Amino acid sequence: MPETPPESPADHCEAPSPLFERLKGFAAQMLQAVPHAQALGLEITDIQFAKAFGRAPYREELVGDPETGVIAGGVIITLLDNLGGVAVVAALEEPTSVATLDLRIDYMRPAAAGRGVCAMAHCYHVARSVAFVRAVAYEDNPDDPVAHASGVFMLDAKHDRRRRGDPGGLKKGGRE
Amino acid sequence: MSGPPSSPPQNAADALAAIPYARFLGVRPELRGDELTLVLPYRDALIGNPMLPALHGGVVGAFMELTAVAQLALTAGVGGHLPKTIDMSIDYLRSGRPSDVFARARVVKVGRRIANVAVEAWQHARAEPIAALRGHFLMRAAENPTPEES
Repeated sequence: MPETPPESPADHCEAPSPLFERLKGFAAQMLQAVPHAQALGLEITDIQFAKAFGRAPYREELVGDPETGVIAGGVIITLLDNLGGVAVVAALEEPTSVATLDLRIDYMRPAAAGRGVCAMAHCYHVARSVAFVRAVAYEDNPDDPVAHASGVFMLDAKHDRRRRGDPGGLKKGGRE
Repeated sequence: MSGPPSSPPQNAADALAAIPYARFLGVRPELRGDELTLVLPYRDALIGNPMLPALHGGVVGAFMELTAVAQLALTAGVGGHLPKTIDMSIDYLRSGRPSDVFARARVVKVGRRIANVAVEAWQHARAEPIAALRGHFLMRAAENPTPEES
C-alpha cells in the first residue's frame, strides 16, 4: 500500500499551499517589515493561493493632483507593485525573495476624489526564473477598475537551483 | 500683477510644489539651463526591502512619473492643469541602493492631446540607470476637454 493516498483531481483544483496558508495568518502584519509601505499606510487585507488583496487609505498628503483631490498615481503603483510581489510568494511553496523586473500600468479613469484605493494581484504563472502577475486597482468593485497592471517578477536564484536539483525539496517547506 | 504663466523653469518647479505627494516624498527639481533633473533625497522610509536593503520599486516608479510630469510642464507648458498619466511601462534595471535617486525625462513627442515621455533614473552613475519608464500622458489644456467629461 502506498504511504500517501493518491492525489485526486480535486487536490489540483484546490492547489492548497502550506506557504500561502501560513502567509494568510499574518497578512495584516506582513507590511510592517516594509518601511515604505508603512510610510504610505498600505495594508494587506487577505491572501489566497497566488493572490494578494490590499488597500491604500486616502490621506491628504498623498494627493497627486490638488485640482481634483485624487490620490497620487504613484501610491497606486506602489500598492500594485507590493501586492504583486506578495501574490508571487503566495504562489510558491517556499519563501523566496522576489524583485520586480517590469511593471506596466494602464489608468482607465481617475480614482474617486478623497478616497483610497483597493487592489488585487494575481500571480497567474510561475516559470523557472520569473513569475507573471496581473493586478487591478478599484474603489469598491474590481469590475469598475481605476487601473490595470501587469508585471514580471524575478525569483531568487536559489529557487531555481532547488527546482532543478531537488524537485522534492519544494515540498518540504521551511527556510534554508 | 504677473499675467500669463510664469517662465518655463518656474512652471516645472510650481507644478511639483503643487503636488502634495511630491512634497510628501521630498522631491525637488534642479535646473541647469533648460535641463531638468529631479532629486529624490534618500530617507529610510523609502526602503522596500530592508534585507538588501533596497528602495521600494513603487517609489522609484512614482518618482519617474513625477519627473515626466515636471518635464512636460517645462517643455510643453501645462496651462495650470497637470498632465494625467494614461499608461506607463517601468523597467527595473538595478536594485535601488539606500542613497539619493536622480531622474531625467525626455519628451519624445507632444501631440495636441497626448505626450509620449521616456524617463531614466540613476544613483551613483548616470550611465548605470536603476530604472526606466516610458509612458503616455494626457495634456489638459483648457481647450481640450478630457474624455470622461465629454
